[in-house]
Amino acid sequence: MTGQLLIEIYVFVLAVFVGFEVISKVPPTLHTPLMSGSNAISGITIVGAILATGSMPGTISATLGMIAIVLAMVNVVGGFMVTGRMLRMFKK
Amino acid sequence: MQNLVIPIIYLISAVFFILGLKQLSHPRTAPKGNRTASIGMLLAIVATLLNNQILDFQSIFIAILIGSAIGAILAKRVEMTSMPQLVALFNGFGGAASLLVATAEFYRADLLPIFIFFIITLSILIGSVTFSGSFIAFLKLQGIMRGSPVQFKGQHIFNGLLVLLIIFSSVYGHLNPLQTNNMFLITIGVSLLLGILFVLPIGGADMPVVISLLNSFSGLAACATGFVIQNDALIISGSLVGASGIILTDIMCKGMNRTIWNVLFAGVGSTDVNIDSTQLDPMKSIKSYEPEDTVVIFENAKQVVIVPGYGLAVAQAQHMVHELQKLLEQKGVSVKYAIHPVAGRMPGHMNVLLAEANVPYDSLYDLDQINPEFEETDVTLVIGANDVVNPAARHDTNSPIFGMPILDVDKSQTVFVLKRSMNPGFAGIENELFYKDNTIMIFGDAKDTVSKLVSELK
Repeated sequence: MTGQLLIEIYVFVLAVFVGFEVISKVPPTLHTPLMSGSNAISGITIVGAILATGSMPGTISATLGMIAIVLAMVNVVGGFMVTGRMLRMFKK
Repeated sequence: MQNLVIPIIYLISAVFFILGLKQLSHPRTAPKGNRTASIGMLLAIVATLLNNQILDFQSIFIAILIGSAIGAILAKRVEMTSMPQLVALFNGFGGAASLLVATAEFYRADLLPIFIFFIITLSILIGSVTFSGSFIAFLKLQGIMRGSPVQFKGQHIFNGLLVLLIIFSSVYGHLNPLQTNNMFLITIGVSLLLGILFVLPIGGADMPVVISLLNSFSGLAACATGFVIQNDALIISGSLVGASGIILTDIMCKGMNRTIWNVLFAGVGSTDVNIDSTQLDPMKSIKSYEPEDTVVIFENAKQVVIVPGYGLAVAQAQHMVHELQKLLEQKGVSVKYAIHPVAGRMPGHMNVLLAEANVPYDSLYDLDQINPEFEETDVTLVIGANDVVNPAARHDTNSPIFGMPILDVDKSQTVFVLKRSMNPGFAGIENELFYKDNTIMIFGDAKDTVSKLVSELK
């Protein structure tokens, strides 16, 4: 169990570094699409929401999970679509 | 086999997110980046559905359909000026989703190991603060709630006590199995209250910082949920978003020459500064032209720099400004736009508003790129911007904006300032630029003035 947690902490720390490296290269012009796009990515919580909904039918956890799917999906679909809409406006 | 396939798909989806963000480093490749990241998300969802623990697919698909429909409608309908509100709303949804997943996980297990219990509490705290804080930010940005800071005496001490209460209720709940559920609900309630009290005292002008920070929180909330359900895809994606939000928060703070602590706790904007225009120094005089008087100056210019502020977006003058740009370029004048980091209501907002009006992105310049160019600029046109062009920030140590990075427009040959009246800007500070010898004021509505300029130049 602790071994698993330790690996997760490794992943977390390394991912933060990757995040800083990649995102500091995004130019200021694209900061709003970056925000809405990263919003869509934070909708990854949907993974947890699907597991909670699907694996325990009929429980309070499933109901909470279902609401979480709706909210996370608004983030995912809304986030990627609005980002796409904005990025198409940027012309040379 | 399944034990191997699913984590590998998660890994691939994380790689897609990173590649997607990497492609966001240039406007040319950015649309592709957005598609790459959305494929990553699709893969993550498919991988999750492959999990053999899942028994009830119907509820999942119904919820996915409802969420997708709402998201699509919001994305299609939103006005570009309302992007900050939409992002605040999305941040809030992300936080709420993480809060709900952590809660679901709490109710699933009977006895939780201490560190899982601790992580769930942390996940609840971050998720709740993101949710309720974003909701308040949304209300302020949408104008449903007044933008001015709401403060009361001893607020910081009270917030500190709330944090202690969260720690107490979670520890007590863990030690006393009979009280676990009650204490858990207290943890959620107090965390939600903390989110509200955290954003209430922050003024409307500081909202760009707040939504950047809440953006980061929404990522960290997903990350904490990843620790709860032990899923690396959530941890990686959450950290990416967390890092992104922190970087943007930092850029916004630097743009205003403030520290994050000052933004969060100082309640700036609470005192209404009213400068009576009759009290202004009578020795100082301003020059004011009508739009038609400026045509010769524009026609003889080699380089014109346009400085747009949020006032330009409020007046809906973006399209007219682009007309002006095209006209000047036809006459052989080089036209550039100078974008201050806090020109809009969120990071990069002004760029999107100009892009919407078909202004090409390669004529947009940020502060560091454009400042050395002002000395060779014949005409600078300031539209709806105020504090970000105030030279007092460079030399007046008594000025509240001293030290803030500004656009050095006063160094250009001639500065035209388009303004409704002489009223001071957001920060309520007088702008010495208006009194400089090379500054000419053009009073009136920005859109009217620019369209007059366009018709005169034709």
